[in-house]
Amino acid sequence: MIVLDLLEWAASKTRVQVAESAILEIRDLSCGIGGQAILRDIRLSVAEGETIVLLGRSGSGKTTLLKTVNGLIAPTGGSIRFEGRAAAEWNPIQLRRRMGYCIQDGGLFPHWTVAANIGLVPRLEGWAAERIAHRVDELLSAVGLAAGDFRARYPRQLSGGQRQRVGIARALAADPPLLLFDEPFAALDPITRLDLQRLFLELRRSVRKTALFVTHDIREAMMLATRIALLKDGALDVVAAPREFLAAETEEARAFLGGLTENWRQNE
Amino acid sequence: MNSGLASEILSLFLEHLEMVSITIAIAAALALPAGVLLARRPRTRRWAVGFANIAQTIPSLALFGFLVPLPFIGGIGKRTAIVALCLYALLPILRNTLLGIMGVDAAVRESAVAMGMTERQILWEVELPLAAPSIVAGLRLATVATIGTATIAAAIGGGGLGVFIFRGISMVDTPTVLAGALPAAAMALAADEGLEWIERKLSPA
Repeated sequence: MIVLDLLEWAASKTRVQVAESAILEIRDLSCGIGGQAILRDIRLSVAEGETIVLLGRSGSGKTTLLKTVNGLIAPTGGSIRFEGRAAAEWNPIQLRRRMGYCIQDGGLFPHWTVAANIGLVPRLEGWAAERIAHRVDELLSAVGLAAGDFRARYPRQLSGGQRQRVGIARALAADPPLLLFDEPFAALDPITRLDLQRLFLELRRSVRKTALFVTHDIREAMMLATRIALLKDGALDVVAAPREFLAAETEEARAFLGGLTENWRQNE
Repeated sequence: MNSGLASEILSLFLEHLEMVSITIAIAAALALPAGVLLARRPRTRRWAVGFANIAQTIPSLALFGFLVPLPFIGGIGKRTAIVALCLYALLPILRNTLLGIMGVDAAVRESAVAMGMTERQILWEVELPLAAPSIVAGLRLATVATIGTATIAAAIGGGGLGVFIFRGISMVDTPTVLAGALPAAAMALAADEGLEWIERKLSPA
């Protein structure tokens, strides 16, 4: 069965080391906009090295949850601790520079070269130009792009998949302890998407990052997650490792798993 | 053409150019920062754009006449003309600055915030560079319109190429009208071309 193959393959690729300490601690988090609850009593503890995939339908609150972590959206209740300090105690600018962020299509600055885009956070952090240039080249090759060829290009001169690779490189640039990925591969064609999912697994093995990864794609969740956090109407429905998730009993989990096993040729 | 006429054209041309330059400098100094501030304040924005819109609808000759009896900003002469011309130049500059900044892709802005850029860095390194072509387009519109409208300034003693036009009209002498109108048209075309070139340079290819 495809699912199990994927799982075996992903497991063989990862060998994730999960530390005991929680790098991110979300407690009773809620968020409402105009009296409407978008997140309700989210409790989630993320250990170092984990990849938590936030899975859910459109409007389930998964992107909102991601954005409360780096302060793009202010929660209305509860608390977040990152690296042992309450989010409120962090300078939001410093907090964000310790969280790599990558969105669909990369969110690259169109008026900057690939090198300038990738080197952004190192530059903001005051690295020397030489060190930034070295880091940019290192990252370009890590995401499978020839540095000499791509360094000086502009985002519009790249394919969607290449832009996404640059977006990932930018998120990794200053070696942040936590990565926040918001449906980074959703707009890509299936083959490019698979390439990038593999790249993600490889990078995770080599750089051992903690990540929150938003998706609505159950296959992607199965492949990338160390734990899947399923959201339904702004609340956590199931939080489980992929293998256990397969056995989850809730209606929403079954709905997603149905999409995984459904055979479109069943009428033949 | 005698040399007396040629030198009069030249001096009025320069006077015209000076009036337009001062007008655009003042209008830009007001409208650019206002656009940057208003891009973040939707409620105030409606009022400010409304005011600039209304200023734009007043017929220019009426506005000049209107300003003459006012103290400080009014009276006869160049200063009054520049005040009136500024009122017209504000709207295109303000509107294009707003359009440019508000037209920055939300995903790009959000990424900038999420990367830990400060508001100031986002403004100077992301929003203004991306808005630059639109801002220059606004300056171009304002400059070309001001060059034309400034000919009316001669009616209130503002000088400039309008002096020929009004003299020609009162003498029913077409060549004299043209002595003012053609150089003004040439100035407008040159400004249009020049600023459009800058606009293209600033646009992503």
